[in-house]
Amino acid sequence: MYDEKFKESLKAVEAARDENIAYEPARMTADEKDQLLAAYHPDYKKSEFSTLRIGPNKGEQVPHELAEMLEAHSRIAASDISLDDVKYDVDVLIIGGGGAGASAAIEADNAGANVLVVTKLRMGDANTMMAEGGIQAADKPNDSPAIHFVDAFGGGHYAAKRELLAKLVCDAPEAIQWLSGLGVEFDKTPDGTMITTHGGGTSRKRMHAAKDYSGAEIMRTLRDEVLNRGIPVVDFTSAIELILDENGKAAGAVLMNMETHELMVARAKTVILATGGAGRMHYQGFPTSNHYGATADGLVLGYRVGAKLLYADTLQYHPTGAAFPQQIFGALVTEKVRSLGAKLVNRDGKVFMHPLETRDVAAASIIRECSDRKEGVDTGDGKAVWLDTPMIEKIGGEGTIEKRIPAMMRMFASYGIDIRREPILVYPTLHYQNGGLDINVDGMSTTVENLFVAGEAVGGIHGRNRLMGNSLLDIIVFGRNAGQNAAATASKTTVGKLTLEHINRFDKEREDAGIKTDAVSPKLLPDYRRK
Amino acid sequence: MENMVQIYLFGKQYTVPDNLTIMRAMEYAGYQLVRGCGCRNGFCGACATIYRIKGDRELKTCLACQTKVENNMYVATLPFFPLVKQVYDIEKIKPTEQIMMQLYPEIYACVGCNACTKSCTQGLNVMQYIAYAQRGEYDKCAEESFDCVMCGVCSSRCPAGISHPQVAMLARRLNGKYLAPKCGHLEDRVKEIKDGTFTELIEALMGKPVEELKELYNNRDIEK
Repeated sequence: MYDEKFKESLKAVEAARDENIAYEPARMTADEKDQLLAAYHPDYKKSEFSTLRIGPNKGEQVPHELAEMLEAHSRIAASDISLDDVKYDVDVLIIGGGGAGASAAIEADNAGANVLVVTKLRMGDANTMMAEGGIQAADKPNDSPAIHFVDAFGGGHYAAKRELLAKLVCDAPEAIQWLSGLGVEFDKTPDGTMITTHGGGTSRKRMHAAKDYSGAEIMRTLRDEVLNRGIPVVDFTSAIELILDENGKAAGAVLMNMETHELMVARAKTVILATGGAGRMHYQGFPTSNHYGATADGLVLGYRVGAKLLYADTLQYHPTGAAFPQQIFGALVTEKVRSLGAKLVNRDGKVFMHPLETRDVAAASIIRECSDRKEGVDTGDGKAVWLDTPMIEKIGGEGTIEKRIPAMMRMFASYGIDIRREPILVYPTLHYQNGGLDINVDGMSTTVENLFVAGEAVGGIHGRNRLMGNSLLDIIVFGRNAGQNAAATASKTTVGKLTLEHINRFDKEREDAGIKTDAVSPKLLPDYRRK
Repeated sequence: MENMVQIYLFGKQYTVPDNLTIMRAMEYAGYQLVRGCGCRNGFCGACATIYRIKGDRELKTCLACQTKVENNMYVATLPFFPLVKQVYDIEKIKPTEQIMMQLYPEIYACVGCNACTKSCTQGLNVMQYIAYAQRGEYDKCAEESFDCVMCGVCSSRCPAGISHPQVAMLARRLNGKYLAPKCGHLEDRVKEIKDGTFTELIEALMGKPVEELKELYNNRDIEK
């Protein structure tokens, strides 16, 4: 329900609606985009970044909040735990129970490996569960993996590691087939044709969806499959330190029961970090669309044992986070809303950009509208722009919203806003960690042997910006890949003597650099108490 | 000025701003949540909650992350509910009526009280989708249950001991794998990729200088 203060602006939006539906705004040129990003995108705000003083990426810039965690103390001293007292002894240890971890677990199990999944919350408490819009795959006759490659490479500012991106696009159709075979319900026409739409920056309609519960549908199916296979999942248990063997290869982790704080040792022939993103670090004070446990743990765990990061200075701010009401501030409003025809409109009812620019460009454009151009709507908690959802019903016919984006309709209805009849207020929200740990095409860290990484914790697949629908794709493609390769490597591996010597090494490096800090990491969970 | 309300977390009284969700109110009161908190956006079902407004006979259910506090609200969270999850091999089972009979026979003990539907935090017609499952109409069960977040509240209220979310999960997988129409263009494309149809194209892209790729990207034709 919108009160008096929104009335005037709402009227302007309604009055211009028919005209705005017909209006086709121009897309920005490459130069316009570059200038816009440099002036308004949070990644370009130099004062928000620190230079790393220690570790494999010493000298590089990352957000202040991440630098603090990367340079912090371990939660334990090497002497706090006996590495001879092994609680779990497995072939493949998977840290993280989201889409990448689950995909890896299924494939490693397929390959005959003895697998253990640990997750600090429950299996499925992950950003995968919250991905709404869809998953890309070039499987239509007018499309090809090559076109998908160009879309993603350009959208990511030509920074993606090409061999990773090539794998992503070439394995995409098979990923969809694999999910279908597990029983994931994609939206299809009665003859079996996939219903696909555009996402920001795509040149073909290749976004496959399961209504606007795409990630939830994938995640619950993968979780069900993991349980059916009897793969052990230890929940409410975090990894707080990786363990190497005497040869410097990843060989397990120190685990902590999140409720009792008991420490345990897991020994493994290979380790897969599938710990997800970092929205709950609240970089630059942004709200986030991420789940409760998105605190960059994998980056910290990997960094301390010498795994290199790539593009850890680039984050994705989803252009359309909910800006009103306050209870859902920062929650994701899926890009699919724009795929279905809703346009972004400013305070005066004017369409100020093409609705399907890439996410970084769209976010910067909204920030410009709300700052220098002074065309934002005042919500009481800040500025925002309108996303004119009633356009969808006018374009697609009545009932389109209920059928295609039921989760959005439900989320706003809880607060008395009927998105079929009223537009919604949006502002960018911290959404995705573009960067992460650097891997080779087999999924292994470029610098630490037998340490595999999959999902949002990886950097380099998407470059410096990710297209909608390429993340659900990446967790499946690279999750499966990591599972297969970690199992294969495990079958050839004999683990040497376990050691936590790296903690002392890292402590010394910190001391030598003159860094004084009380911080400990990984963060594990954000602290919202008394706030 | 914030308006404050009295709420009771597990029976203990706290004063919190009235614009908070139950989840945020717990944090405001000083709880560091570990259980009972997942996506914080209504998708994961971690924060199933039961509450009663003082003086009201009715026991209500909700997701703590999606529900605002009210004055005199007595709150108990239900962060875990022991649902029954039967295991099966998705490759071996078939979408017949027998499979429900075999795995979840308790659904036939439904007494029709509709407590599941009344308690659903997503407002789904739970009893109806169980009826579809009983009749082996898995496509309908899948559609009716699609928005389920598996919070388990329905099962906590069921006198017949049915694990509704797991029944629906099975129905959706059966529907997705066996009943939904097969996708021809997907199968064709997977085969083309395996046959190497695009290998040369991709390799050419991998080898191109960035300037050429910029040209390609900036002059793409975009499907209407």
